[in-house]
Amino acid sequence: MKNSDVIIQTTTKVVFFMIFLFSIHIFFAGHYTPGGGFVGGLLTASAIVLLLLAFDIQTVRKALPFNYTVIIAIGLLLALGTASASILFDVPFFTHAYDDFRLPLFGLTSLHSAMMFDLGVYLVVVGATMTIILSIGSDD
Amino acid sequence: MVNTLMLIALILFSFTIVIAVYRIIRGPSKPDRVIALDMIGVNLLASIAVVSCLLETKAFMEVILILGILSFIGTIAFSKYIERGVIVERRHNR
Repeated sequence: MKNSDVIIQTTTKVVFFMIFLFSIHIFFAGHYTPGGGFVGGLLTASAIVLLLLAFDIQTVRKALPFNYTVIIAIGLLLALGTASASILFDVPFFTHAYDDFRLPLFGLTSLHSAMMFDLGVYLVVVGATMTIILSIGSDD
Repeated sequence: MVNTLMLIALILFSFTIVIAVYRIIRGPSKPDRVIALDMIGVNLLASIAVVSCLLETKAFMEVILILGILSFIGTIAFSKYIERGVIVERRHNR
């Protein structure tokens, strides 16, 4: 009985990218519409969970060779770094800044430093969820 | 007129959900319950679309997609548990 789940694996190969792109969209849309780092992180984690359901742990580890505890640490460092970078400019802790930039492909874009904090939240949520699921799922 | 139609649609969706809940409670086997849960997910999704039309807002569009994704993943996890006994396999047995 070799490879008896062709349909789920083929579906996963398409649906994974849909869920992942939607999570990226929800992460970037969080400033003006519902969404943000938490929901985006949970959706990315659920895309990886879909990969884990269709394939097995070793294949997913080979495809996405991340150490998820390191991802939690990077996210926390990013959030703390964004919060404490405001001290360098002689303003209170956690003061955010924004400015308008003329990016190549996007036109006039307003970039806010709260997005870096949201990126930290995103990484912590993905790392924590995947650590929980992998440590529950991988022991027999 | 349109509001009345949407209210009637909401009542019919909730009636369908009640029927699915009956199948979850009385369902003789596990696959019956999983299919009924999937059906409740789809009906909730449609109800959210009708409610967002009633409230005249676009803020619930992401909720519809997320509920569809979560219902899909949950159904797959349940059916894999029923068929294989494990949800996440350590290594493929081929």
